[in-house]
Amino acid sequence: MFKVIDGPLEGIDLESEVRTDADGAIIVFRGVARRYSRGRDVVHLEYEAYAEMAEKVMAQIGEEIKARWPVSGVAIVHRTGVLEIGQASVAIAIAAPHRGEAFEATEYAIDRLKQIVPIWKKEVWSDGEQWIGWEHEQHQVTSDHSA
Amino acid sequence: MTPAAQISVQIRLFASYREAAGTRSLEAPVSQGATVADLVELLAERIPALRTAPGLIAVNYTYVQPDFELHQGDEVAFIPPVSGG
Repeated sequence: MFKVIDGPLEGIDLESEVRTDADGAIIVFRGVARRYSRGRDVVHLEYEAYAEMAEKVMAQIGEEIKARWPVSGVAIVHRTGVLEIGQASVAIAIAAPHRGEAFEATEYAIDRLKQIVPIWKKEVWSDGEQWIGWEHEQHQVTSDHSA
Repeated sequence: MTPAAQISVQIRLFASYREAAGTRSLEAPVSQGATVADLVELLAERIPALRTAPGLIAVNYTYVQPDFELHQGDEVAFIPPVSGG
């Protein structure tokens, strides 16, 4: 399952998506919205996705994982829209016969997602907002609206 | 001299590019044989950020290089640095 959804991830059962009787380990990773970022207080997050392509690239990450580790199932679901603090933005589930490959594959999945999947996060603070991703760039497309 | 035949491509804009352009999609006529780089030049007048703050470009859901040649009906997406997760 590789999906972008416009609603809460809480309550979605990914374990049954990935588990087979051969598995001895299931890892479910959730990335959640946190209050503090770069020394500022986050009010909420907004996520935007190029959903059609994001789902295709997430499926590609699933293929990369299956080529590298003996895992039975991979599921990646990312949400869009406004997230309050504590809500999950992404959920990844990986099932494998043994925990070692499951842990490694899970870390690879989230690292790779952050690298290549066309999804964007905007941090909204009490005194401004910014699309994240330009931190290492010299230029920014939109300026900090706090001024 | 006959003018070069025109083709039409569909443009998708996201996040900071979408806000800078004030739209999430538009259609652009380009000359037959035009590349992604040619399209950037064409659009930069309306959306300067595509040139001043370049990101990645995908055609039909696959990342491509600037010399990629466009075809009728292609969906061209301008992708600012991603920040999912």
